[in-house]
Amino acid sequence: MKDKIRIGCGAGFSGDRLDPAIILAEQGNLDYLVLECLAERTIALAQKRKIKDQTKGYDPLLERRIESLLPALTKNKVTLITNMGAANPMEAAKKVADIARKLKLKIRIAAVTGDDVFKKLETSSIALETNEPVGNSGELISANAYLGVDGILEALHANASVIITGRIADPSLFLAPMIFEFGWSTSDYDLLGKGTVIGHLLECAGHITGGYFADPVKKPVEGLHKLGHPFADVKKDGSAIISKVQGTGGVVNLMTVKEQLLYEVINPSEYFTPDVIANFTTVKLQEIGHDQVQVTGGHGKPKPETYKVSVGYKAFCLGEGEISYAGHAAFERAKLAGEIVSKRFAEGLVISDHPITDIRVDYIGISSVHRTDFKTAPVSPYEIRLRIVGKAQTPEDAALIGEEVEALYTNGPAAGGGVRKLVNEVVGIVSTLMARTEIEVQITIIES
Amino acid sequence: MKLYDIAHSRAGDKGNTLTLSLIPFLESDYDMICEKVTVDRVKNHLQQVVSGEIIRYELPHIASLLFVCHNALLGGVTTSLAIDTHGKTLSYALLEMDI
Repeated sequence: MKDKIRIGCGAGFSGDRLDPAIILAEQGNLDYLVLECLAERTIALAQKRKIKDQTKGYDPLLERRIESLLPALTKNKVTLITNMGAANPMEAAKKVADIARKLKLKIRIAAVTGDDVFKKLETSSIALETNEPVGNSGELISANAYLGVDGILEALHANASVIITGRIADPSLFLAPMIFEFGWSTSDYDLLGKGTVIGHLLECAGHITGGYFADPVKKPVEGLHKLGHPFADVKKDGSAIISKVQGTGGVVNLMTVKEQLLYEVINPSEYFTPDVIANFTTVKLQEIGHDQVQVTGGHGKPKPETYKVSVGYKAFCLGEGEISYAGHAAFERAKLAGEIVSKRFAEGLVISDHPITDIRVDYIGISSVHRTDFKTAPVSPYEIRLRIVGKAQTPEDAALIGEEVEALYTNGPAAGGGVRKLVNEVVGIVSTLMARTEIEVQITIIES
Repeated sequence: MKLYDIAHSRAGDKGNTLTLSLIPFLESDYDMICEKVTVDRVKNHLQQVVSGEIIRYELPHIASLLFVCHNALLGGVTTSLAIDTHGKTLSYALLEMDI
């Protein structure tokens, strides 16, 4: 049993930079490296790739991340825990074994499975968002339960040095090594609550090291181009010091830690995971040195009786087109263009197989992201980009929206330019609950 | 004065629910922010963004507030037609509030 471990987080989402994790693996003096790469919808998209090819469906950056990290991880005896398995942890583990063989490294890899509950899902199960059966949302394509620490713990006991999971609650990726190393009981909910706080602080990587925090006017941060990702020195009592590798860019201070502590929290006194219901309101933070924040407090109460399941469904085809206007009367011309396209759809002048609905017109540069300008911009900007988007049932129909924007080139108003078109088959997500007894977590060990 | 001058914020999303933290640069401003940035004022300020209920949580240990705003993301990240489907930019909408 150890008294202290160091856990780093080298990726906070699927598309995150590769180099911060390499720096953590090489210079971080870590015991564990976690790569959190799976957002709410990522797994449904991965499921679509798996349906097309049974050997795919894991994270598209898996090979690049593993190739760049394995030598340093092996040399420095750092255990890797990642949800890059996405919809296919087994194939991801095989791929990691192939890469290890190519690099002539002998490692034990564990794949954690059991989160894919698509075959067990009842379409009559009630969606939390709509209060209606999940089957009413549309054609279902995936169902994944948010697992807790169990599978990772089993993999750690089996001495695996690379652990690949699918859907697991993000903080559980960090909590598992704490439980394993400190011999915490999985019914000591105060300790699990504290560990969950630490996991939540780390899980978004560059969030807590000043990246997504930075504002050059009020919150300037140095070295963002070489932003370091965080690690935590976690003690057996559930306290931790958050920091980052010396010499990397960014900052860890009270402000960055507070922003991350409250990020995506719906109720700070009841933060649900499959392992514990954690209480964040009792957390205390203290700056104890340069880029060092101590985290103490945090509590927990018994875990929920059910697992949360994310259900992916085919929602609609999104069609989109954009065009720019600049100079005198730019906003007036953009507005006229928006009216023209809206009118063409409303009056049935665009021939589609099925109705195209929910046409939305945005003026990028004025009110596209906050839906208002709070009256802070009385003058029209010099240039403006018109964006028109809508819902269709088929990709062919969705393409009509971009085509209509493109047709503004010759049909006017004057001097529109730089058209971009996009069609996207949108996967929606609803959540439901499933009894713990329905879910069997398994691990599979592969050696290179 | 805008909230931007005295506090910082980060937006988060869960489904169609938007979370906005509000953290004063000076912890000594916490009581003033609690008094001035009420649910009603935030509701009024964000009337074009948030259609549902807003709940305010007070976190005195870290001198911060958290606003949980329901029905705020035009359906949420997966099916919204908005350009910022997550609502990630909305932290700075809160900071536009006059105080």
